Amino acid sequence: MAYRVDINGEARELDVPAEMPLLWALRNELGMVGTKFGCGMGLCGACTVHVDGVATRSCSLPVGSIGDKKVTTIEALAETSVGRALQEAWLDTDVMQCGYCQAGQLMNASALLARNPKPSSDQIQSAMAGNICRCACYTRIHDAIALVAEKGTANV
Amino acid sequence: MSESIALSRRTLLKAGALAGGGLVLTASMPMIARAATVAGAAPAAAELSAYVSIAPDNTITIVGKNPEIGQGIKTMLPMLIADELDADWDQVRITQADFDPQKYGFQFAGGSFATPMNWLPMRQVGAAARQMLLAAAAQRWGVPADTLRTEKGRILDRSGRALSYGEVATAAAALTPPDPAQVTLKDPKDFTIIGRAIAGIDSPRIVRGEPIFGVDTQLPGLRYAVFERPATFGARFVSANLNEVKAMPGVEDVIVMQGGDDPALLVDGVAVIARNWWIADQARKKLAVQWDAGEWGSHSTAGYNARAAELMAAAPGSVLGEAGDVTAAFAGAAKVIEADYSYPFLAHVAMEPMNCTALMHEDGKVELWAPTQNPTAGAQGIAKQLGIAPDKIAIHITRMGGGFGRRLTNDFMVQAAAIAAEKPGVPIQLIWSREDDVRQDFYRPAGWHRMRAALDASGQLVGMDNHFVTFTHNGQVSLETSMTPDEFPVKFLDHMRLGQSTIETRVPTGALRAPRSNALSFAYQSFLDEVAHAQGKDLPTLMLELLGDREPFPGTNGPFGPQPGFSPPRAKAVIEKAMALSDWSAPAGGGRAKGFGFYYSHLGYFAEVVEASVGSRGTPVVHNVWVAGDVGSHVINPFGALNQVEGSVIDGLGQAMGLAVEIENGGAKQSNFHDYQLPRMPVTPKITTEFVRSDNPPTGMGEPALPPVIPALTNALFALTGKRVRSLPIDPKQFA
Repeated sequence: MAYRVDINGEARELDVPAEMPLLWALRNELGMVGTKFGCGMGLCGACTVHVDGVATRSCSLPVGSIGDKKVTTIEALAETSVGRALQEAWLDTDVMQCGYCQAGQLMNASALLARNPKPSSDQIQSAMAGNICRCACYTRIHDAIALVAEKGTANV
Repeated sequence: MSESIALSRRTLLKAGALAGGGLVLTASMPMIARAATVAGAAPAAAELSAYVSIAPDNTITIVGKNPEIGQGIKTMLPMLIADELDADWDQVRITQADFDPQKYGFQFAGGSFATPMNWLPMRQVGAAARQMLLAAAAQRWGVPADTLRTEKGRILDRSGRALSYGEVATAAAALTPPDPAQVTLKDPKDFTIIGRAIAGIDSPRIVRGEPIFGVDTQLPGLRYAVFERPATFGARFVSANLNEVKAMPGVEDVIVMQGGDDPALLVDGVAVIARNWWIADQARKKLAVQWDAGEWGSHSTAGYNARAAELMAAAPGSVLGEAGDVTAAFAGAAKVIEADYSYPFLAHVAMEPMNCTALMHEDGKVELWAPTQNPTAGAQGIAKQLGIAPDKIAIHITRMGGGFGRRLTNDFMVQAAAIAAEKPGVPIQLIWSREDDVRQDFYRPAGWHRMRAALDASGQLVGMDNHFVTFTHNGQVSLETSMTPDEFPVKFLDHMRLGQSTIETRVPTGALRAPRSNALSFAYQSFLDEVAHAQGKDLPTLMLELLGDREPFPGTNGPFGPQPGFSPPRAKAVIEKAMALSDWSAPAGGGRAKGFGFYYSHLGYFAEVVEASVGSRGTPVVHNVWVAGDVGSHVINPFGALNQVEGSVIDGLGQAMGLAVEIENGGAKQSNFHDYQLPRMPVTPKITTEFVRSDNPPTGMGEPALPPVIPALTNALFALTGKRVRSLPIDPKQFA
C-alpha cells in the first residue's frame, strides 16, 4: 500500500510494504542516499534521521509506523541554524577521516543541540555514545559539538 | 643522517593545451613499483603519471590518482604539486582518477607507501609546471625569467607587474617541458602548503550528505543484490528452495552462483535480486540452503588453541632464522624467562559495508563503480573469474567508507561482476549486510608465540627464542601470517632463534591496518617488558640499552622499491621523546599506572605511553596516551596526520580491550556490532602527539601509530596490578 510521509517538509509517496525500514525507502525508493546503512540493527547510528526532531535509527523504523510525524534527513540539515553551525564546525575542526558515519553523527549532534544548546562534555559523550566512528574521530566530533555549544548558533 | 629513497629515476613531462585554452601537464615517471605482497599481484614495472591543468580562468585542476579510504591521500598528494607550483590552494580543484594503469601506474591504498613513493615526483611535477609558466611570462614581457617570482598563483616582476597563471597557461602549453630531474625544488623553509593543516577536499560534500561513496552509486534501472554464502568457509552448495524464494513479492531473480576454492574470487552462493535492497535481503532470509561443509565444519577456535598448545610444547616445525648458539645460551643462562602470548582473528568492519555496482554491457564490456583499495587486483580477479580480457573491464574508483586493508581483497567486486554477467544490460548493486561483512572477511590471523629469554649472571639479556604457531592453507603459510626474521630485537642479540609451526585452516586471512605488526608488537613488547622487570628496570631503559650506539641498518629493496633500513638513532629519539612527553619517571598516582610500547613499521618510528586504571568489573580505563613519532622531515598535512594517529591509537586500544572473531563450526561466530564491539566516544582517552623531525623523506601515517599502543596498555595494566596480559583481547575478569 502507498504511504504519504513528510520528508524534509515535502509529502512523499512511498508504495512499499509497511515493514520496510525508512532507510531503504529513502535510499532505494527516493534516491536520497545521504542517510547511510551501517548495521541494520540500530547499533551504529550511521542511519540516524530526525522524526519530529528526535534522533531515530532509520534502519529500524518501519515506514508504516511513521504516520503524520515529520522526517528530517541529512539533506535538510543546513535548513536549521544548528545544522549549519555544526557543518561549519565539522569543517573547521576537520573532523572526518572516511566520512561515512558523519551524516549520522551530525544528525544525532543536531538533535542533541536542539534540545540542549549547552551540553557538558559528559552530556556530549553520553548522547553520542550510540554512534560508531570506525576511524575513531571521536575527539574531533566531541570538540566540534563543544565548539558550537560555546559559540552558539545565532550568527549562522 | 639522510636515508635517500631513489624513487624517481627518469621523469618525462609532456605539455598540451586544454580545450578552450590553458595548460595541461602530463608526467610519466618510470619506476620499479613492485606490487605489495598484500596485493597478491606479480611484480611488474609501472608508470606513475600525474596531471596538472591550468585553465585560463586560473583554476588549477590536479588529478588524485590513488583510492581515498579516509587516509587523506586525495588531499595530500595534490598538496605536494600545488606547493611547488606556488599555487593558491583556494584555486585548486581535485578530481578522482578512474582506474587506468597505463596513465596512472600503481593506484593503490595500502602499506602507508603513497607518501614515500610520491614525495619527490609530485613535487617535481609542480616545480616543472611553475618553471614553464615563468618562461611563458618572461616571453610575454620580454624579460629574463630569473627576474620574475611567483606567489599564490601569480607571476610578478620587479616593477610590480603581475600575471595570473591562467593568463599565461595557453602560451606555456606550447613550450617544451623541462627535465624534472633538473628543476629546482623549493627550499623547505619556503613551503606554503606543505605543513599547513588543510581540511579534506571532499568534506564539504560529506557534511551535506551528497552521494560520494561507492554504495551511493545510482544508475537508471539499478537493481540490488544480496549474496548468500555458507557460514562454514569452503562449504559447497547442494540445494535450495529457489522457486519458493523467487515467487516472493518484489523478488526479480534468484541465481545459484557456482564458485571455486579461492575466497578472493567467487565462492558458492545464492544471489537474490530485487528493486530494493531490503526486499532482496528479506527474501534471502527465507532461503533454506543445504551446504556441504566437508572436513572444515569441525574447525573451531577451541580446536586451534588446543593444537597450538601441543605444537608449542614440541620442537618447531621449521626454523625461520637463527643467530649465534641459542641452545648454549639457554644452557648457560643464570635465569630463563618463558611466557606464551596469543591473539585472535580480527575483522575489519569498515563502516561502509562491502559493495560494488556492476554493469555488463551488451558488447561484453563490464563497467564497475567500486570502493576498492586495490583496483588492479579487482580487475585481475574479474578477468580470471569471467574469462574476459582485462581491457574489457572499466573501473570507476569511488570514495570509500573506510578500508583498513579489507578492500585490498576484491571478492565483492568479483561477485558483483559475476552476478551482473547473468543480467546483461541491468546495472546491479551488490551490498553486503553487516553480518556478511563480519562473517565473510579476510581476517587478521590469530597467532601464538612461546617466548623465552636467557639472562646471564649479571642479568644481561643474552638470547631469545620465539616459537611461533601460525596457519597454512593448502600447505602455504596463509596471507599476512608470516613473521619477518628481522623483527626487533632479532638483530640486537647475539643468540636468537625464530621457530615456526603451522595449523592448516580454511579461514581466509588478509591484511588489517599495520598487518603482522599489529600482533607482533603485543608479543614482543610485552615479553620485553617482562624481561625488563626481571632485570629490575623498565622497558624504555631496556630498549635504549639494546639499541645502544648501533648504526642504522642498510636499506633493503622493499615491495615498492628501495627502503631505508631500521635506524636505532631514530628509534632512540622517539623513545626519549615519549618518556619526556609522559613524564615517564614520575608515578601516575591516583590508582593509575603508565606502560610503554615502541614499534617500527611502515617506515614510521613510534613510541607510546598509556596511562590506565581498572574500572568497574575489571574493565581497563585509558586516561592518557602520549605519542612520539618520527615520520621524517615533514608532516605534510598536520590535520590528516593527527587524525591518523588518534584513530590508530583508539583502533589499537579497541582491539586490545574487546575485539575477537571466534571460529565455530568452521565459520565466524560474531556477526554485528553487538558481539563485535568497537570503541565509542566515552572510552576515548586524551591523546597527546608530538612528531620528532628527522632528516629523512616523509613517510605514511595510516598504520605505524597503531602497533605500540597495544603493549603500552597491557604493560600499564601489569604496572598497576602485577598481572600480565598474555592473551588478547584483555579479559576484564583477570582484573576484577
